[in-house]
Formats: sequence, structure tokens, C-alpha cells
Amino acid sequence: MTHTGRNKIQNKGVAITGMGIISAIGNNLDENRISLLSSTSGIGDLKHIHSKQASQIKVGEIDFTNEQLIEILELPKENNFTRTALLGLIAAKEAVANANLTIDKSIRTGFISATSVGGMDMTERHFKEFQTTSETQKYIASHHLGDGTQKIADELGITDFVTTISTACSSAANAIMLGARLIKSGKLDRVIVGGTDSLSKFTINGFKTLMILSDEACTPFDANRKGLNLGEAAAYLVLESDEFVEKHDKKVLARLSGYGNANDAFHQTASSETGEGAFLAMQKALEVANLSASQIDYINAHGTATPNNDLSESVAIQRIFYNSIPDFSSTKAFTGHTLAAAGAIEAVFSVLAIQEQSIFPNLNFKTKIPETGLIPTTVLKHKHIEHVLSNSFGFGGNCSTLIFSKA
Amino acid sequence: MKKCYIHSAVSISAQHSFESSGFELHSISGKKVEAIHPNYKEFISPIALRRMATGVKMGVAAATKALQIANLEQPDAILTGTGMGCIEDTEKFLNAIIANEEEFLTPTAFIQSTHNTVGAQIALSLKCKTYNNTYVHGALSFESALMDAQLMLQQNEATNILVGGVDELGAEIIDAVRLMEDKTSDGINLPFGEGASFFVLSSEMKNEGIELIDVQSFSAISTETIHEKIQEFLNLNELSFLDIDGLVLGNNGDAFDTYYDNLIAHFPETIPNICYKQWSGEFYTASAFGLFVASEIFRKNEIPQNWFKNKPSKSEMKTLLLYNQFKGRDHSFILLRRC
Repeated sequence: MTHTGRNKIQNKGVAITGMGIISAIGNNLDENRISLLSSTSGIGDLKHIHSKQASQIKVGEIDFTNEQLIEILELPKENNFTRTALLGLIAAKEAVANANLTIDKSIRTGFISATSVGGMDMTERHFKEFQTTSETQKYIASHHLGDGTQKIADELGITDFVTTISTACSSAANAIMLGARLIKSGKLDRVIVGGTDSLSKFTINGFKTLMILSDEACTPFDANRKGLNLGEAAAYLVLESDEFVEKHDKKVLARLSGYGNANDAFHQTASSETGEGAFLAMQKALEVANLSASQIDYINAHGTATPNNDLSESVAIQRIFYNSIPDFSSTKAFTGHTLAAAGAIEAVFSVLAIQEQSIFPNLNFKTKIPETGLIPTTVLKHKHIEHVLSNSFGFGGNCSTLIFSKA
Repeated sequence: MKKCYIHSAVSISAQHSFESSGFELHSISGKKVEAIHPNYKEFISPIALRRMATGVKMGVAAATKALQIANLEQPDAILTGTGMGCIEDTEKFLNAIIANEEEFLTPTAFIQSTHNTVGAQIALSLKCKTYNNTYVHGALSFESALMDAQLMLQQNEATNILVGGVDELGAEIIDAVRLMEDKTSDGINLPFGEGASFFVLSSEMKNEGIELIDVQSFSAISTETIHEKIQEFLNLNELSFLDIDGLVLGNNGDAFDTYYDNLIAHFPETIPNICYKQWSGEFYTASAFGLFVASEIFRKNEIPQNWFKNKPSKSEMKTLLLYNQFKGRDHSFILLRRC
């Protein structure tokens, strides 16, 4: 049973030694931290994509244009990086610098990235010209999801284990989980894990047809929530083996102590009423971390602000935590729903919550959902935080939970 | 650390590979070659079938049959590799956006365009709530799934795992890739193909089974150091070049086939070389068909001569090495042993 009040001895977990992030609330770790602490949302109007839906949606968009990103990254003008790869490279470089890594072939280093959009932002612009216009043809090869990952790995100098994961909106959580398992098993000494997704017309219109996009800033866990805001972002964490950490006297930011992956097996896009997949993922993560539910100090919820997700997730949270629900919030009202990157964005936010000993607010909440009556934390709250549980759920019933613990 | 065994191997491909009674290989030609489709109604309900794109149908049918052969109702994990994902529904939704200028769109194609659709549909059809993951890294998509499966079995996180690779041809993006290949004189010299190959892997040994000894992948290796990397891999598994009884290779006729040539040079000339993509066509998860071919080699008592690229004098194959790469990148090594 997961609801026992008795404290367990936590598994040591895998060391996190670096982080990097770019999102609608900041172009680096510090800017993201400042926005979270000052309740500054990044949700606004769509600027970079010409879409008919622009007036009917709000998004969490990154200010930089592709040209600016290329300049910052000092890439050659003639390249076939898509926006997903550009954002990913910004965040991955920061993570490597933050962990003070030198990529050296004698150390087994891996790179695992998550994405759902991949090169779609360029494909959708040039799709009908691929056969005829030679200037656009360089983007044929950058369409598939592995291309951006490979480009980032090449820029970082990683030649060993490199892969890409795509399980819709839980993708990055699964990338982080796989990385942790490869470290635990001794197959890698260190691994950079996370995800990247850019906004695209394809996803904007896709979510629009599902009628789950809000025309206002999203309101997670509110009774009157109208749907989600899409966002774009990239974030990566550096995981290193304990042996390596000790040998090199590395600073550990926090530990990834638990992880769980389950499938709702209910519907291709909708979550079950009982939140079965979410429940199983959280239960598994607590088991792996060897923690009881009562030891969780903060839940960074998936909380997309769609009617379906927030109710289903609330029910699942109640099944795990019963009447003693820890402080919880969704940070989607800051960044928008960044799809495959969300699990990594929120992993970084979970570590920041531990570092700052603070719970970041669930913005825009007014009225509790009548079926569950759960009230998220709505203003910045300082408290002792030992363990943070972070949820990511996606299409296809893919549900994943990560638990981060104080080092 | 627990070992890893292959309990079943099923493939839908450009060959009659889905037939249970065995199959004769035939040559394929052209720019693109579609898979030979089985009667999907035997595996999927007519209502579900109507909505499914080719890749989903192939994946669900191959997965279902792989479970049947292994006599397994519920796997402990479902791991799917796909390079291009659900390209048919992706193209369908993209075309609808363009043609209707973002209006009058319906969600079905979008819903089914996500790369995890095959893994999700398998889970849904089995009501299977366990670990479910989808790997989408070009020519390492299937190997990533296979590696994770081995990791789970070794670490005792699972006992029986369904693992597979699937890709469909679609009608536009892969045609554009083909166009680019044909522009160069030393591009891929085989048809582009499609297919789904699924396997049940288990930590429990069965009589006359196949052991998956190890699987490893690298993002980049130079042509000069490929044999060193293979040697390290073999040594890691306490084997040498001389212990390998057969090579199963991913040659596709392009300039990067030199990797295979450099590798073959380090093995005895007497052992068989089998190049499988001439039968399946080239696609990101063609290497899953390669693993299926390797399983067939173990299953058959006698291998027809037309399976071999060379004229080997050695015929008994106990330990096989599979090697694949794509455009000089995404190298994978798989070691199998008859047990």
C-alpha cells in the first residue's frame, strides 16, 4: 500500500549534476528561476508562426527567432537545423556547462532526447516544395525525430549511445527514466537526458481539432478550465554515476530517486475516469524510490488545464494520497504545455523547487473542481522540501512519474 | 545478471515472411516496395481496422502473432521502435491543413499521427497497463527498444517483453527521401521498403531457443575503427572474431557499404555473409527484419544457398553477429547464440 504514514528509507537514486533550459519564461536556468519565484507567466500571443488560429489561442512561445538562435549558437548560416534542434542545443549546451563536463571519449557518455514534433516546423513550411525546390530539400533529411537529437549530440561531441524517445506528452520523462536505468545498471558513466519541442502549425491545428485549446491563459485544476495553451521549450539534465561523482568530487544538485511508467490502456487520447495509468505510474515511482506517499512534499502535476486531464489526474492523486494530499501545482500556466519537452521542463522545475525550498504557484486558479475539491498551491510557498513527485501523461495512454529528492 | 532469450519472431515484410509454414525468398525491385499484407481480420476487429493506417495494422498483427507463438497473454513491457512513425496519418493531416488552409479539420489523422500510436494500440488491444515506450532514433529505433528490453530483463525489471520495429512507406516524405538518394550516384541502391517485426524476449530459457547475448549501438564510428569497436564488443562478451559463425549485414548498396567490407575482412572467409535488405528493402527499422532473418537461420535446419552473399564452406551456425549502419552513422551490433 502506498498510503502508509510510516516513513521508509529512500533509495539513493541517481545524481543530477547539471541542468539547462529554455522556455517561454526564460532563455536559461536563472531566467526560469526568477520567473517562477516572481510568478511571471510566459503565456501570450503567437508571433513566429502565421496561423489562422492565432487570434483564438494563447501560447508559451520563445522570443528568439530561428535566425537569432543560429547566431547565438554560432552555427554556419547554411545549415538544416530545425527549431526543435536549435532550442534543444541551447538547453543541452547549458546543461553540459552547468555540470562542468568535458566530453571525453574515455568516459561512456550518452545522450537521450525526447521530441514529438521533430523537424515538423520545417516540413510543414516546405512539404509541397520538396520535390521541386532545391533550396528546401535540405529539410527532407531533418524531418525524422532522430535528426535533431543527432545534431545536438554531434555539437556536444557525443558519439556513444544516442537515442530519441517519443511517447507524446510523457516523452521526456521516459528519456530521463531510461537514462537513470542505464546509469544504475553501469552501462553508462553519465548521460544527458531531456527533451525539446517547438511550436508548429501541425500541433496547433491538431489540438484545435480536439477542441482542447483555450483562448485565454490556461487555468489548471480550476472548475471552469477551458483547455490548454501550447508551448515550446527544451530542457536537459546531466545524470552521473555515484562512482564518477565521488571520483571527481562533483556537486550534486538533487537525485532522481524514483520513476514509473504505465499505460492507461483506455483510449488513444482520453484519460480514464479513474486515472488508472497515472495511479500506476505514481505507485511504481514511489516503489522504486522506496518512499511512502506521505513523504512527498510537493507534486508538480501534469495539470494541462484540459477538462479531461485535470479531473483524471486529481482522481489518481486522491487514490495515491487519500486525505493527506501534499502541496501541488501545475506550472503549465507559466510555460504552456510543451508536449514532449514537458517532462524535462518540469524535472528542472522540480529540482529548482528543492534548491529554493519553494513551491511554485499554480497560476490562474479560482474555483475548485466540484468532483474532487482539490485546491492547488496558488502563491509562492516556502517550506521544507525533501521529495518532489512530477507527473507527465500523454496520448496513447502513456503515463510517467519521476521523483526528485534532496541530495 | 539474468540472460535474455528470444521466444518468438514474427515479421510482415516484402517477403511472405508472415506465413507460419516457412517461406521462399524472392527478389524485389523498383523505387518502393510495399509489404505483403496478411489477412488482418484474423487479428484485428473490423471496426478498429477501418481507422488503422498500414503501420498500425502491421504492428498490431505482428505483435499479436508474436505473443501467440510465445504463448504469452500479457507482456511485462511493450517496446516499439519506429524511424518515421505514422507517416501516412502525418501526411494526411498535413495535406488537410494545407488544402483547407487550417479550416474544417477533423482530429482522427492527428490523433493517429503520433509516433507512439503502434505501441499504444497494442497496449489498448491487450488492455496491457505495463511499461510502454517508443524509440524513434532513425536506424537505431529498433535497437534502442531491444537494448531497453535486454536491460529490463537483466535487471529483473521484467520477465517477458514484447519488442518490435515498424515503419510504413507513406506517399510523399519518403518519396522525397528517395528523390534525394537518386540524385547521387552512390545512393541507396535498393527499393525503400516497409514492415513490422515483433519478438517476445524473456529471461526464461526454452529448449532449442535463441539467446540474445548482447546489443550495443554507437552514434558515430569511423570506417577505420569499425573493426576495433566490434572487437571491443566481442571481447566484452568473451568472444573473438573466430567465434562468429555467420554475419548478418545491413548492406544497401550505397557508398557506406565500405563499413561492411572493412568488417568482413576481419572474419574468416569460410563463414556465411547474409545481407537481408535485398529482401526487405531499406527503411529505418529494416534491422528488425534482420533479426527475424537471423532467428529463421537458427530455426531452419538447412539454409538455402541463395541466402548467402558469399560461398561459405562453414554451414553450422551457433553464434551470429548482426551489424547495421545508416549513412555511416547509427551503428548497431547484435550477438545471438543458439542454445
